[in-house]
Amino acid sequence: MAELQEELKEKIIEQLSLEDVEVSEIGDDDPLFGDGLGLDSIDALELIVLLEKDYGIKLKDPKEGKAIFESINVMADYISKHRTK
Amino acid sequence: MEKFYISDFCSLRNNRVFKNGEKIYYDVTSESIKDFAKGLYKSLDLKYPKFHKMDELCKLGFLATEVLISHMEDVDQDTALVLSNRASSLDTDRKHQVSIDDRANFYPSPAVFVYTLPNIIMGEISIKNKLKSENAFFISEHFDPEFIANYSQVLLQTGKASNVICGWVDLDNDKYDVFLAFLSKKGKKELTKKELNNLYNQ
Repeated sequence: MAELQEELKEKIIEQLSLEDVEVSEIGDDDPLFGDGLGLDSIDALELIVLLEKDYGIKLKDPKEGKAIFESINVMADYISKHRTK
Repeated sequence: MEKFYISDFCSLRNNRVFKNGEKIYYDVTSESIKDFAKGLYKSLDLKYPKFHKMDELCKLGFLATEVLISHMEDVDQDTALVLSNRASSLDTDRKHQVSIDDRANFYPSPAVFVYTLPNIIMGEISIKNKLKSENAFFISEHFDPEFIANYSQVLLQTGKASNVICGWVDLDNDKYDVFLAFLSKKGKKELTKKELNNLYNQ
């Protein structure tokens, strides 16, 4: 799980062009949106694409993302249970 | 008829940045627009994480605006934006096209797609500077000082805008040409087609 969490942090930084953010600065339970990393709605769409492209998880309803992308821990837990690749 | 003036102007070309005729930045090492833009961003000491998410065309327009207004404490909310270029958003359009070419590997990026319109530059500039103003983006084969001067003059004369940031923000195949001018009621250079053209060609 720890490996997946680190992988997710690296992917998020790269995919969302978070140039000023280091992997070590993202806490496993930090909120990704709002006061946390400050991600926006376009970032949420990028994360949906990332789930499908890298882990074979296709969300039927984009609104599901709100709960799944709460934090790295929640995201990693969801991926480990639903991944197809 | 009331007169208006070009109070400031700047250009970004060949890794060089000029403001009011003076070279203020020169990057001898960067070989890509991305690196040039990043270097200029750092040299301006900007703290705006959203910058890194912009496409290259937006970065150029955004940085040119920051250079243009860097000496101003504040910019009026009703400062209009009148921009133009030749290649529209073709640079990002191509990147988006690549991502949808292969039906078996079809993962278009939302973050790329949002920049497939050139007028997004004006949105980024407006968000950063809290502008709530008139804006227009025109496509033409070359910088058209007559059209841009006339259009801007109408905005100023009719009171639709207190100032205008106008110019040319073009990017295509790794070649860019950026020129912006700040138009207002004060200044030494009168707003005319000839003056705008002279400054563009400096």
